Amino acid sequence: MLETLTEAFPTLSLLAWEPPGWGANLVRGLVNSIQIALGAFGLGLLIGTGGAYGKLYGGPVMRDMLAVYTTVVRAVPELVLILILYFAVTDLVNQALVSFGYDRVQISGVAAGIAVLGVVQGAYATEVLRGAILAVPVGQLEAARAMGMPVLKAARRITLPLMLANAIPGLANLWLIATKDTALLAIVGFAELTLQTRQAASSTKAFLTFFLAAGVLYLLITLLSGVIFGRVEKWARRGQPGSGGGGR
Amino acid sequence: MKDTAALTKDQRPETISITGLHKSFGSLEVLKGVSLTAREGDVVAIIGGSGSGKSTMLRCINFLENPSSGRIAIGGEEVALRADGSPANRRQIEHLRQSLGMVFQQFNLWTHKTVLENLIEVPVHVLGVPRADAVARARKLLERVGLAEKADVYPAFMSGGQQQRAAIARALAIEPRAMLFDEPTSALDPELVGEVLGVIRDLAAEGRTMILVTHEMKFAREVASHVIYLHNGRIEEEGPPESLFGNPKSERLQQFLKTVG
Repeated sequence: MLETLTEAFPTLSLLAWEPPGWGANLVRGLVNSIQIALGAFGLGLLIGTGGAYGKLYGGPVMRDMLAVYTTVVRAVPELVLILILYFAVTDLVNQALVSFGYDRVQISGVAAGIAVLGVVQGAYATEVLRGAILAVPVGQLEAARAMGMPVLKAARRITLPLMLANAIPGLANLWLIATKDTALLAIVGFAELTLQTRQAASSTKAFLTFFLAAGVLYLLITLLSGVIFGRVEKWARRGQPGSGGGGR
Repeated sequence: MKDTAALTKDQRPETISITGLHKSFGSLEVLKGVSLTAREGDVVAIIGGSGSGKSTMLRCINFLENPSSGRIAIGGEEVALRADGSPANRRQIEHLRQSLGMVFQQFNLWTHKTVLENLIEVPVHVLGVPRADAVARARKLLERVGLAEKADVYPAFMSGGQQQRAAIARALAIEPRAMLFDEPTSALDPELVGEVLGVIRDLAAEGRTMILVTHEMKFAREVASHVIYLHNGRIEEEGPPESLFGNPKSERLQQFLKTVG
């Protein structure tokens, strides 16, 4: 079966794991992409949770700063942001290091990718989570306060679990955007899936094969994510009648 | 109007004491200097038309609303307030709230927790009661309110009456010094009111200190030891239920009792 396939489409053999196949390179790129997407999504969630609470309950200065952050980050194209943050921030860090008498460092592509995409994700997550927190009925938090539950504990045990159900559809979108935004890191030379694909394709001239393969890998991430988010949403919606869990 | 109990120099300790309470929302003054004393075992019913300030008065007792001015003492402990009426010490408020079991009009059971989880949430995670003890006590309370078989059900799958009985059990689970009821039957279908009132009646009979904001006049007359009639943020008339309902002095109260039947 496999042999007849490779006979019909000889370029398929280029996807083999061992050289001269490029399969291992593609999978390395995929792993890098997922790693960055996970890190960026996680960092985005942290920033978003803090940002949402800051916007809802923070003082005027805090709220203004967060408004500037979410507005600027969401207004500027991500590609431009990545270039700005990657080169400018690397430069700033190195200038600081040099002025303190240290040597320049090469910032790891993974760390930089996570930081850059995380800051972008954080701006969107702030708005998704702010809306989700506002959608939690006031009475739920009031019941906790009325029995003397401290503020932070009430946020952790009552508000956050309840808002998760409202936030999941928006967060699932953000996650998918994160996986695809990793492709933008190709521009700063980071060896994620898209860059690996481009290198394989231009070395072998089998463009169709490699870009189709990359497309299939991105699609697989999406399908798997759909299953996982579906389960999480079902869990988050526990106790709500008529909730099939949503998602897929 | 003076409570007859007060005239005979009541020796029971004061559980809740409010003096000269004012509350404004913006320029709207909702409470214009109201006072209330609930001694141990008292059942104080607060009645009045909508907008009279009765719910606000109840919510000020555990600082779900901050008073604008006035004094509030729970169990003899005076709450430290800033000049604007907001509590000066958040810890003190949290501590005092842990001794007041609040029951809401909309039940407000936590929807993501089963009935049993609702009952043990504060005992286990705030008061530090060992889980096994909290569960055992919760099951007993559920049995008392007739919901033993609903322990593992989520609130949304129960009737309003069942939810409110579970909410009462949740408030009892913190072993409060006093219970606060904010129109506990107003959101219920008429045929479900009876089961909730039955539970509250039992609590009154066992001598629990309670403050009850209600529209159920017959019930207030039956269980209350003291009734307060609020009108436009002021106490228009107060006293034992027999005199307040049987022989109302104020014209407004007479009118009010006529309209609510």
